[in-house]
Amino acid sequence: MNRFEWMTPDGIAHAARAATATVATAMISRSGLPATDAAVLKAGGIDLLDLMKEGLLSPHRLINLLSIPGLDRIEPQEGGLRIGPTVTLAQLAAHEAVRARFRALADAAGASASPQIRHLATLGGNLLQRPRCWYFRSRAHHCARKGGDTCFAFAGENQYHAIFDHRGCAIVHPSTCATALVAFGAVLEITGPTGARRAASLEAFLRLPETDLQRENDLLPGEIVTAIRIPAHPLTTRSIHLKQGEIDSFDWPIAEVAVALDLADGICRRASVVLGAAAPAPHRAAQAEAALSGRAIDEALLRTAARAALEGAAPLSRNAYKLPIFEALVRRAIRAAIEA
Amino acid sequence: MSAGTRSEHYPVGIAGVSLREIERRVGPDEAPPLPPNAQLRTVGQSAPRVNGRAKVTGQARFTVDVTLPGMLHARLLRSPYPHARILSLDAGPAERHPGVRAVHLIDHAIGRAREIADPGPAAPTGRRMLYVGDPIAAVAAVTPQEAQAALDLIQVVYQPLPFVIDLEDARKADAPRVFERAVHSESFGEPAPQLPQHGNVHGPDLSASRGNAAAGLNAAEVLVEAEFRTQVQTHCCLEPHALVADWRDEGLTVYISTQFTAGIRAELAEAFGLPLSRVRVLVDAMGGGFGSKSRVGQYVLSAVELSRRAHAPVRLALDRHEEQIDSGHRPSTVQRIRLGARRDGTLTGVSIDAYGTAGVALGAGVGNFAQSIYECAHFALAQSDVFTHAGPGAPMRAPGNVPGAFAYEQIIDELAERLGMDPLALRERIDASPVRREERRAGAERIGWSRRRPPGSDPGTLKHGLGMAQSHWPALIQTNSACEVRILRDGSVEVRSSVQDIGTGVGTVLAQVVAEELGLAPEQIAVRIGDTDFAAGPPSYGSRTSASITPPARNAAYRALRQLIENAAPSLGAAPEALAARDGRICTADGRRSLSFREAAALLRTDEISVVASRSDDYGGFGHRMGDAAMARKGLGGVQFAEVAVDTETGRVLIERVVAVQDCGRPLNPRQIESQVHGGILQGISYALYEERILDAHTGRMLNPNLEQYKILRSRETPTIEVHVLEHYQGESATDAYGIAEPSIIATAPAVANAVYNAIGVRMRALPMNPAAILAALGRVPQPSGPP
Repeated sequence: MNRFEWMTPDGIAHAARAATATVATAMISRSGLPATDAAVLKAGGIDLLDLMKEGLLSPHRLINLLSIPGLDRIEPQEGGLRIGPTVTLAQLAAHEAVRARFRALADAAGASASPQIRHLATLGGNLLQRPRCWYFRSRAHHCARKGGDTCFAFAGENQYHAIFDHRGCAIVHPSTCATALVAFGAVLEITGPTGARRAASLEAFLRLPETDLQRENDLLPGEIVTAIRIPAHPLTTRSIHLKQGEIDSFDWPIAEVAVALDLADGICRRASVVLGAAAPAPHRAAQAEAALSGRAIDEALLRTAARAALEGAAPLSRNAYKLPIFEALVRRAIRAAIEA
Repeated sequence: MSAGTRSEHYPVGIAGVSLREIERRVGPDEAPPLPPNAQLRTVGQSAPRVNGRAKVTGQARFTVDVTLPGMLHARLLRSPYPHARILSLDAGPAERHPGVRAVHLIDHAIGRAREIADPGPAAPTGRRMLYVGDPIAAVAAVTPQEAQAALDLIQVVYQPLPFVIDLEDARKADAPRVFERAVHSESFGEPAPQLPQHGNVHGPDLSASRGNAAAGLNAAEVLVEAEFRTQVQTHCCLEPHALVADWRDEGLTVYISTQFTAGIRAELAEAFGLPLSRVRVLVDAMGGGFGSKSRVGQYVLSAVELSRRAHAPVRLALDRHEEQIDSGHRPSTVQRIRLGARRDGTLTGVSIDAYGTAGVALGAGVGNFAQSIYECAHFALAQSDVFTHAGPGAPMRAPGNVPGAFAYEQIIDELAERLGMDPLALRERIDASPVRREERRAGAERIGWSRRRPPGSDPGTLKHGLGMAQSHWPALIQTNSACEVRILRDGSVEVRSSVQDIGTGVGTVLAQVVAEELGLAPEQIAVRIGDTDFAAGPPSYGSRTSASITPPARNAAYRALRQLIENAAPSLGAAPEALAARDGRICTADGRRSLSFREAAALLRTDEISVVASRSDDYGGFGHRMGDAAMARKGLGGVQFAEVAVDTETGRVLIERVVAVQDCGRPLNPRQIESQVHGGILQGISYALYEERILDAHTGRMLNPNLEQYKILRSRETPTIEVHVLEHYQGESATDAYGIAEPSIIATAPAVANAVYNAIGVRMRALPMNPAAILAALGRVPQPSGPP
């Protein structure tokens, strides 16, 4: 790991002005060597230190967001929640309002990583962490996402890779919280170096490789995610997040599903079905949502919706096994949401 | 009958089942027969680990905790290519880098197969690198960071060469050759009869064959045939391979995480031309080895050489990436088995064709499992090693027998099904072992075998299954094993040997054995081990440690006590023969006259009594001898039962319960044995369901060289485990103890596989049985449709 400076910013604006790069931009190079002059933001530091130890990221300065007060709160806002970016996954998983009203998010946060990591990892960092693709994480593979020419996964070991939207790059988005948050229609509040704020729906903020091959999101250097807002949902909304890994302890999902269903009088008024570990960004299963909306859900509809969720899937040479898993998880998640 | 021997009666058989007595002639210095555990105070009890408190409080000192004044830090430069020739190498910039104290260019590869026409050490230029991670050079600097920085300054020009990492591709005649010339055949590092070598294929080794398998198969009334595949599993020791080498004019001292201090001493003495008396090897606490820390590796030689050149202690510890690519692994195998039987189950012929790869090393065999476990006069085994451009394999917990049992115990179940027999009933027919007979009975009762239903009986998507499998492992003994017991004038007692605690607790059982003999409590015995300045003990591999070191420990204690008693007898006015050690006292049989142990010690003429004893031969003789080691006449049997649930929609296998019934001779410390069996089962489940080294076909690199993408069992994958240990006496040594580490892993993967079959009705013939494999076996995976 390289030597670096440690900076304690005075506040958001100070931190934003000091940041010269995002982690993503600091990793893009033609040569295959990461930039050594970048000043980047650090929250929990889980992914950041991982990248630095592997020699994939060599920033000369880390700007510690944890020293800025007030970023670690969960507050009610307009019937929904406003979540600070340095709220830890453990806090999120245990928070009463999150558990009661946005259970899929509590489940997703609580099933991530390991207990030790959940107590340090922040929600902001979780959303912005880099993908786990083993070619991306290998210094010896100068892949397209790091500024090289190739996605090695297409002709390589792609058992953990995307089954949707893998044009040019087959990563899956690493954040399980993002899967749940997209299902809830979460909006990010982003503060720039001038102090100006912009709002962006998480779904639009997260990018597919066809839009941007090297960044998983639209964050610009000098921008900080200062809040994650979940809009109000009808009290009749029930949500579930299901995750399937090869192991249960401390493993990344091979498939995960978040559903949020607004159920009233036996009718599904609105359905949100989002697949994680399926695509370079959380994948909204629009056809499944359409199949469920306005209908009374029975076992047959469940099956139809689960099949519809995989509409358009294009599995690679070694990951077609994910399809039946997703189909099962969608069915189980909808059933569990109804029974919740 | 040799002079001085005496006749004694020993307990033999299984306690509670078949206990009886046998007469043996033993040497004059042997301690008298130890009665069954029920009559003992300490041996057979679950004494707490002598270093347990230190371990759980973080006080235990591991090799990476060793720091010496002026210590330097070393790193290794490794080949980035799976196959390349070094065209030029310039270490000058690294040597001139500030903070660098020594650079060593490796001139001779070790830890792999050896070419017969080996030209010996050679300059780096022109050397061929045979795998990603093949060590090239080593640097010692004042900090690890400076050492790492200096590595990047070594200028190497490589000529990449064609390589092969796929097992099947490597067998082809036109495959790139790993070795240009024939290599020495060997078995576990020992010379073996020379085998043929064609291209990358070394073998076949036919030496285990007997009878006429073809005729036996022809005579069969029922024939089953199948092919099984097992993956590469890495050792994943939590504590990395590490050492601190301290070369001084007066001699070499090496602190090293090792399974064999005395072996490392011998190897280093030979490599550096030093007398044994000037090499000292030490290890305190260890965090696992599983076979991978048995011998001197290139990293060890490099650290010693750097210390010699820099005139300073040098520390070298592998990082996790290096652990995964260059510290050994369990080789892959492919096994084609044909099994012929009569309708009553009797085996008429067995033919096994096996090959596998240990990368650039030998050792991809299937062990002695199939040839030993069941009776069959006509048995053919052909096994070959296939070289690939991948890191060297190394013995790993029950090498050979783990993949061997995965295949063989499944095909035995397949035969049982074809015959319409219960798997237990078939094994009753073909397994002559009375030990496993009792183990099957006990295990079947505990798991509730009678609940077992036909394959795929559960109607839902979650399907439950019961399965079982058996193990065989040779009982090994290191005859070159010695132990010293000292009684000091203040009544304190020490047991000393170079034997090391790999983490299984040999120090504790040494304290128990000595305490039992001296009538003391285990905590009164100071355990000093893991230092070659003490009597040379056995290695901690081959499940031989307890069998090798506890008999001499007991004999040494017995003889030391005789001296103490002889010296104290006049004070008690009793004949020495009338005195015994009991409850901390030296007393007459009626207990009327006695001295405390401490009072007796105070009567010594000298400060201490010291007795060194070495391992006697087994009283009934060995099965056969192999240099410093020997094989007992009987092997160790085990039986495991697994209860699983398979989610047929997600492909996940959930292990609900494992029942293990194991034999390790006389159990010395049940809790420690149970702990080892837990470890064996967990490592076995992890092998069966999760672990797999994945190499990138394009670069030859390991894609999961960490503990994140290399999937390994953790807490939430841990099932309920019930361990039942037989008390099995054979009257073969002063303690009659044998090993448990390796026997406990062998049956796990096949028991799980047989249970999975019972659950889903589909036979899993390849490992790991992960969701992708289960779903494919169930025919639920559609064809890929994305980009190629």
